[in-house]
Amino acid sequence: MQMREAAAIATEASLLDIRNLQIRLRRTRGAGLSVLDGVSLTVERGETIGIVGESGCGKSVLSLSILGLLPSAMRIGGGEIWYEGRHPLHTMTDRDIRAFRGKEIAMIFQDPMSSLNHGLTIGYQITETLRLHLGYSRKEARERAVWLLRKVGLPRPESLLREYPHQLSGGMRQRVMIAIAVSCNPGLLIADEPTTALDVTIQAQILDLMRQIREEDGTSILLISHDFGIIADMCDRVLVMYAGQIVESGTVDDLFERPLHPYTAGLLRSIPTPAKKNSPLYSIEGHVPALHERGAGCRFASRCAHATERCRTEQPELVAYRGGHAARCFLAEAEGGNRHAAV
Amino acid sequence: MNYYARRLLTLLLTVLFVLLLTFAAFRIIPGNPALVILGTEATDAQIALLEEKLGTDRPLAEQFADWLVAAFRLDFGESLRFSEPVTHLIAGRLPVTVSLAVMSLVLTIAVGIPLGIIASRARGKAADMLVTIGTQLGLAVPSFWMGIMLILAFGLTLKWFAVSTFTPWSENPLLAVKSLVLPSAALAVPQIAIVVRYLRTSMLEQLGLDYVRTARSKGLRESAVLYKHVLKNALLPVITIIGINFGELLAGSLVIEQVFTLPGIGSLLITAIGNRDYPLVQGLVVLIAFTVIAINFVVDLSYRWLDPKIRLQ
Amino acid sequence: MKRMKSYSLVLGASFVSVLFVVMLISLVYTPHPPNEMNIRERLQAPSVRHWLGTDNFGRDILSRVMVGSQTAFEVGAVSVAIGLLGGFLVGTLAGYMGKWVDELLMRATDALLAFPGILLALLLVSISKPSLFQTMLAIGILSIPSFARVIRSGVLQHKEADYVKAARGLGAGHANLIFVQIAPNIASSVVTTAALSFSTAVLIEAALSYLGLGVQPPDPSWGRMLNEAQSYLAKAPWFTLAPGLLITLTVLGFNLLGDGIRDLRDKKS
Repeated sequence: MQMREAAAIATEASLLDIRNLQIRLRRTRGAGLSVLDGVSLTVERGETIGIVGESGCGKSVLSLSILGLLPSAMRIGGGEIWYEGRHPLHTMTDRDIRAFRGKEIAMIFQDPMSSLNHGLTIGYQITETLRLHLGYSRKEARERAVWLLRKVGLPRPESLLREYPHQLSGGMRQRVMIAIAVSCNPGLLIADEPTTALDVTIQAQILDLMRQIREEDGTSILLISHDFGIIADMCDRVLVMYAGQIVESGTVDDLFERPLHPYTAGLLRSIPTPAKKNSPLYSIEGHVPALHERGAGCRFASRCAHATERCRTEQPELVAYRGGHAARCFLAEAEGGNRHAAV
Repeated sequence: MNYYARRLLTLLLTVLFVLLLTFAAFRIIPGNPALVILGTEATDAQIALLEEKLGTDRPLAEQFADWLVAAFRLDFGESLRFSEPVTHLIAGRLPVTVSLAVMSLVLTIAVGIPLGIIASRARGKAADMLVTIGTQLGLAVPSFWMGIMLILAFGLTLKWFAVSTFTPWSENPLLAVKSLVLPSAALAVPQIAIVVRYLRTSMLEQLGLDYVRTARSKGLRESAVLYKHVLKNALLPVITIIGINFGELLAGSLVIEQVFTLPGIGSLLITAIGNRDYPLVQGLVVLIAFTVIAINFVVDLSYRWLDPKIRLQ
Repeated sequence: MKRMKSYSLVLGASFVSVLFVVMLISLVYTPHPPNEMNIRERLQAPSVRHWLGTDNFGRDILSRVMVGSQTAFEVGAVSVAIGLLGGFLVGTLAGYMGKWVDELLMRATDALLAFPGILLALLLVSISKPSLFQTMLAIGILSIPSFARVIRSGVLQHKEADYVKAARGLGAGHANLIFVQIAPNIASSVVTTAALSFSTAVLIEAALSYLGLGVQPPDPSWGRMLNEAQSYLAKAPWFTLAPGLLITLTVLGFNLLGDGIRDLRDKKS
C-alpha cells in the first residue's frame, strides 16, 4: 500500500484551500461578468468532497481553475487557491503550475472518448506522464503502465498499450483515464462528471474503482456531479452550487436529513427513487439565471416558493451553523439553522 | 465487396476511360489524320505511307485494341518528328520534370507546414483576414508569371541565379539543383498557400477538441501539446491535400518548363503539339494522366492507413 | 469571423465589378488604339502619355491590357456556360437515375478529372489549330466535372426530401421536379462553382496563350502578352507587370466572390 509521502509532513494546512475565488469573463474594459462569486472550500487529506449543482452553476469552471486550465475567455478575478498550505496556485505562471498538473493534482473528465487523443495509442498516453514527471525510461514507463492498467482492472494490459481509444469501450476508456490520472500518485484527484457519459452499470464500476484508489493510495477526491445520488454515495462532505455561488455545504447526512436551502431541498426531491414510481417526477420550476440576469438579491429568489421581499433585494451570506453545516439563505438565518427547508 | 477491391476496380475503369479519351481525341478529327499532319501538299503515296505507319487505314476498333495492348506494354510507337521510340524520348526528359516536382514538394512541405503552424497561433479578426488574403493571393497568382517575376528579381536584378540555363544532373548535381530553385519556388507558391489554409483550419479544429485539455492537465509543455498531440492529427488531411494537388503541380510544371526553358517532359509536350507529333503527344498525355491517377490512388490508400480510426475498424 | 467572411464577398464583388466595367469601357474606348504600332516609341517606361508604358511594337500597354480583359471575360463566360450545361446534363442524369448510370457517368467524370486542367486543354487543342474557339471549348469541357459533381450531389440530397415527395404526390413530372423544386436549392452551390470555374478558366486561358496554343493574334490575351514581354524582361520589366497583375486580380476577384457566396450559404444553413 502506498500512502502519500507528504502525509509525513506534520502540517495543519488543508490539502486544498480555496478562499473566496472569483472567476470573471475577460473583457477589454471593466471587470467583466462574474462566473464564480466568492467560492471557498477546503479539501483535507483523505477526504472526498462533492460539488453538486445544475449545469451552468460553475462547478466545472471551479474544477478547471485549480490547475489553471480556464478557457481563455475567463480569468481569475480574485481570491486564492492554496495547495498543501504553501503553494499559491492562483498566482502561478503556466510554467510553474505544470509541475503540479498530472503529478500532485490530476483530473479526469466527463467524456473519455473525446478526452483521449484518438490518434495516439493508450500506451503512449499513459507513459507520457510517467516519463515527463517521474523521469522513467521508455522501458520502465511501459512496465509501470502495464501495472497501472492492471490496477484499474483492465484485462490484457500488455496488448492494450498498443491499442487506440476507439477500440475500447466507454468504461474501459474511463479506466484508462483514471490510470493516467493516478500514474504519478497525486494527492488530489479532481473528477469532473466522471460517470455521466457512461452506462449505469459501468457507472457503479467506475465509482468502485475510485473508492479502491482512495483506499489504497489515500488520494483525496474532489468529485463534481449533477447527480446527487453519486455524490451521496462517494462523498464525506458536499457543497451545493447555484449560479456561481455555494448555497449550502455540509456532510452528506446533514444535507439529506436537514437541507437548509430550498434549492438543496428541491434537488433532493427530484431524485427518482422506487418510492416515487407512480408519481410525476418533480423538477424545480424556472431556470438558472444567465450571467447578466443575476440581480441584487438572492439568485434563487425567482424560483423559490418562500422568497420574501428581502430575498429579492438583498444578497444572503453563507452562514455556518451547527457542525459546519452552512447555508446561504435568509430563511435559514431566521431559524438559526434549525429549519428543515421545504421546497 | 472489399473496399480496396472496389477502389481498384474504379481505378481500372478510370484508366480505361483515360485511354479511350486519349485515343479518341486524335480520331475525332474530321478527315484524314495523315492528311492533317502532312498538309495539303502531300502526295498520295506519302499519305498512304503515313497512314500505314499510324495504322489509320484499319478499322477503328482494331486500331483501339492494338493501341491499348501496346499502351499497357508502354509502347506508344515512334515519334513522327524525331523517329525515336516515344518511350525513349520521354525517359530522357523525365529526370528534369521529376526533380522539379520533387523539389517543389520539398519546398511546399518545408515552408508550408511551419507557416501553417504559425498561422494557427494567430487568432483574432485581423489575423484571420491577413491569412485569408495571403493565401488567396498565393492561389491567384499564375505560377508562370511568378516564375517570370522571380527571374526578374533573383536572376536579373540580384543576379543570384543564371537565367535560362539548365545543367543536367549528370554534369553537376549542385548546379542542377541551383537551376531548379526558382522554377520550383514558382510552382510551390500556390501549393504553400493551400497547405497554410488547410493546416490552419485543421489545427484550429484540433485545438478545440477535449484531448487538448487533457494533455495540458497532464502537465505537458504547450509545445509538446502542439507537436506531439495536435500536429499529428492535424497533418493527416493536409497530407492528403498535398497528394491530391500533385496533379496541379504537374500541370504547372508543364508551363514553368517553358518559362525557364527546362528540358523536361512539359516542353517536350509543347514541342510535340506544335509538330503535330501525335504518337508523342498521346504517350505523354497518357503518362501524365496515369501518374496523377496513381498518386491519387496511393494518397487515398495511405489516408486510410494513416488514420488509426479507419485502419483498425 | 462574421465580418471577415463578408469581406470576401464584398472584396470579390468589387474586384469583379471594376474589371467588368473596365472591360465594358474598352469596348468603346481605350487611351490609344490597342493595335497601333509605333516603332519609335517602343519599350517606353510608364509615362503620362502611356500610363503603363509601351510594348516592343510601340503599342500602348494600358490599352492592350484593357482589351485583353474582353478575352478573359469571354473565355470565362463561354467556358462556364459549357461546363454548366454539360455538368447539368451529367449531374442530373447521374443523380436522378442512379445505379449503373450514375456509376458509369461518375467514372467518366473521374477520368476527366484525372487530367490536370491544362493537360486536357492541351490535348484538345492539339487536335486542331489553336484558336479562341478551341480554347473556350477545351476549358468548357474540363469545367464539366465540377458542375456535374455539385449538381449530382444536390440532386441526390434533395431527391428524397419531403417537399419533393410532396410535389411528386401532387403529380409533378420529372422536369418540374428538377427545374422547379430542386434547382433553387442548389443554386448557390452552382453559383459558387461558376465563380471558381471562371477564375480557373482565366488562368488556363492565360497559360495556354502564353504557350502560344491559346488565343491567337490579333485577338488580345494577357497570357500572350506575358510571353511577348518575357523576351524584354531585362530592358522593359514593367511590360510583364501589367498583364500578370491583371490575371492575378481577375482570378483573385472571382475566387473571393465564389468563397464569399459559399460562406453566405453556410451561414444561412
